[in-house]
Amino acid sequence: MKTRPNYLAGAAACVWLLIVGVPVYSLLSAALQPQDQYTNDGPLALPSKPTWANFDTVLHSGFPGYLWNTLVVAALTVALVLLFGVPISYAVVRGRGWWSGGVFRIFLVGLAIPSQAVVIPLFLIVNRLGLYDSLWGIALPTAAFALPVTVLVISGGMREIDASLYEAMALDGAPPARVLRDLVIPLSRSGIATASVFAALQAWNGFLFPLIMTQSEGSKTVTLGLYNFVSQYSDNVPALLAAVLLSAVPILVVYLFARRALVAGLVGAGGK
Amino acid sequence: MASLIAGRTARRQQARPVAPTLERPGAGWAVPGLLFFAVFALAPMVGVLYLSLTSWDGLSAPQFTGLANWSRFLTDGQVLQATAVTGALLVGNILVQAPVSILLGVWSAGRQRNRAVLSAVFFLPLLLSTAATAVMWQQLLDPNFGLPAHLTWLFGNANPLGSQSGAVACLVLVTSWQFVPFHSLLYQGATRAIPETLYQAAAIDGAGRVRQFFHITLPQLRNTMITSTTFMVVGGLTAFDIVLLLTNGGPGTDTTILPFLMYQTAFRTYDFGYASAIAGFLLLLATGASVLLTRLSGYDRMTGTLEGL
Repeated sequence: MKTRPNYLAGAAACVWLLIVGVPVYSLLSAALQPQDQYTNDGPLALPSKPTWANFDTVLHSGFPGYLWNTLVVAALTVALVLLFGVPISYAVVRGRGWWSGGVFRIFLVGLAIPSQAVVIPLFLIVNRLGLYDSLWGIALPTAAFALPVTVLVISGGMREIDASLYEAMALDGAPPARVLRDLVIPLSRSGIATASVFAALQAWNGFLFPLIMTQSEGSKTVTLGLYNFVSQYSDNVPALLAAVLLSAVPILVVYLFARRALVAGLVGAGGK
Repeated sequence: MASLIAGRTARRQQARPVAPTLERPGAGWAVPGLLFFAVFALAPMVGVLYLSLTSWDGLSAPQFTGLANWSRFLTDGQVLQATAVTGALLVGNILVQAPVSILLGVWSAGRQRNRAVLSAVFFLPLLLSTAATAVMWQQLLDPNFGLPAHLTWLFGNANPLGSQSGAVACLVLVTSWQFVPFHSLLYQGATRAIPETLYQAAAIDGAGRVRQFFHITLPQLRNTMITSTTFMVVGGLTAFDIVLLLTNGGPGTDTTILPFLMYQTAFRTYDFGYASAIAGFLLLLATGASVLLTRLSGYDRMTGTLEGL
């Protein structure tokens, strides 16, 4: 159908390639340059004496600890979101009564609450719960704000399950918990995977909650660590950019092995 | 095993008199999640409105002061400036991101091999967190050691972050750099969902590529445009981390947007009551904008019909 090559679109795509490519190249090049070469030649130069020293510097700073904290926060966030999101979705999709539509509507409205706007009372609540400066203090609010998308995505998947399958379960007289375990969860795996990736990415990219809810070195996440590196490595730009690059490695690994799930998770509710 | 089967038949016999209908989950299933959401998302919404009526330093108990914060809010020149900058950033971001991501999304929806390869490259910025993106660009935009020193034909001799217009332009550039791939993905998916028959019919009628784009592709992308714009508006109203990391609200207070002003008022000058008034205003703007945009898209009605299934 579309056989004639579209030169105009091709040219525009090449312009965007430069806009994306040049900074990415600079990032790689700078991270591989020794500090004195970067000062003289700048981020566009070819790294003539490539070195791993910058990565070494970063890996011997607090960075591995930040990485670990981020992984813990992401795991807690995913666990919380599934723990609450799966039963809610199940109740919304299969429940009958005025409440089931109402619950769904609460989460639809919840989509629009910007976390920035409510961060002051959240700070108060986390403090009162005694969770200030702990990883739970980051994970709990992160999970709460990922919950609306989770419910939307997972309940969307559950709605696709064919009614005849439920009838088959009815012959067995299975209670709701068994129907959930044996039928609903296995058949909405892809929605659950998408929601998990989305929640993990929220935790991974989160900046505001770590900034406000934590204080000590021991509970810093990667994003906050980068913020600190800006002043700490103000005279060592290659090391700073090596840290930026290292912070993307875990997502890159996910991208290489589970591209489809990552993209679905990124798009989240927008894909619906 | 035998007892298990026996148990099952016993239960089946119990259910026999009525037709075998499945027990549905009760409202109790939703309660734990609702409570969790209420504590960490809904209560803070009410809390921010209450705190906006108090004076609070974050340590002692909040003192109720009525509408004092709000009357100060209405006459605060800094709030006015922050609202204007937030608006300018929002408009700039939509004007740059919407056309670029529609074009890229439609382009990458093609199944050609070169398009697939380039799309993978275009996707790269999404692998970086916003913090990482901002830190990277802050270094790349450094007037002495970054790109401007080596690309003087493009940047001139000025510090791109040294003036208000330059700093706003940089914020738009960096935000677009990071989020255009995301919006392109939305458009790519939506474009691929357009029925091929529409294009075939148009081709038979002799419509060229440009006319097909304007008369089929764009109208079919209408809902995605609204979704994508909603994300841009809400994201733009709350673009806090990128401002903190890239410009720190400067030069001076030139890029101090509303969420940044709120953060400074609360966590740097410890005036939590007044900061809550700013936050309340932000909440109003963001929910108002997304409610308006969902109304436009009919998204609420769409899910309404799904509920009947």
